[in-house]
Amino acid sequence: MVPLAHVLSLSAALFVIGAAGFVIRKNIITVFMCIELMLNAVNLAFIGFSRYLGNLDGQLFVFFVIVVAAAEAAVGLAIIIALYRNRNSLNIEELDSMKM
Amino acid sequence: MLVLFYIFAALAVLAAISVIAQRTPVYSALSLILVLCSLAVVYLLLGAEFIAVIQVIVYAGAIMVLFVFVIMLLNAGREAPSQRSRIARWLGPPLIAAFLAEVLFAVWKQFPAGSARPAAPLDAGPAAIGHLLFRNYMLPFEVTSILILVAILGAVVLAKKEL
Repeated sequence: MVPLAHVLSLSAALFVIGAAGFVIRKNIITVFMCIELMLNAVNLAFIGFSRYLGNLDGQLFVFFVIVVAAAEAAVGLAIIIALYRNRNSLNIEELDSMKM
Repeated sequence: MLVLFYIFAALAVLAAISVIAQRTPVYSALSLILVLCSLAVVYLLLGAEFIAVIQVIVYAGAIMVLFVFVIMLLNAGREAPSQRSRIARWLGPPLIAAFLAEVLFAVWKQFPAGSARPAAPLDAGPAAIGHLLFRNYMLPFEVTSILILVAILGAVVLAKKEL
């Protein structure tokens, strides 16, 4: 049986990698994919706890997270398409019109 | 069992590093699909069969196809190297390592190896999930269906020709 600490360590590693990518990448689509990576890290923690507590509720939370991620991807990618149409760029360094 | 977990955990971490290391978005997307599929195997090992299948069908199937579709639609190529903030390049890696060490420290302090004994294996098939979903989580289920509807309408409105 996989120890809980190892599952949570994998989850932490994936979350940290996702957070790092969120900061270092400049392409808005890649940044968006890093958010998906972090969501998956959290899902893994939910599944691990569900297994160790003998409670199915954690798996249902993962189910809802996946549904929300699907909705988020649909809206986010539509925003990216609208942004690209207006600015002709995917580089987040050029999307600074809200900056003071 | 344990060996399979370590193999697919290593695969997931390597593919995740590849997601953030690639400069071309298509390669990042393909690496992310690899992460999602290896996580599905990890879910199987943890006894969550239904979620593992959902992960492959919805995440690796539907969501990532949407990503790859948009990448190809916008013809997103190699990103240009950033010229800004030289200090971030030196300060970033230690801060990330510190963040990881902090989280790992908290995990291993809270759950030392061998402390948490797993509960008896659950019945996590579609029937058990469905019972729980439609008995205890009826309202969240209905709310997510409204959320999906709003997301579809929002995506159509946002992606229209003139905003």
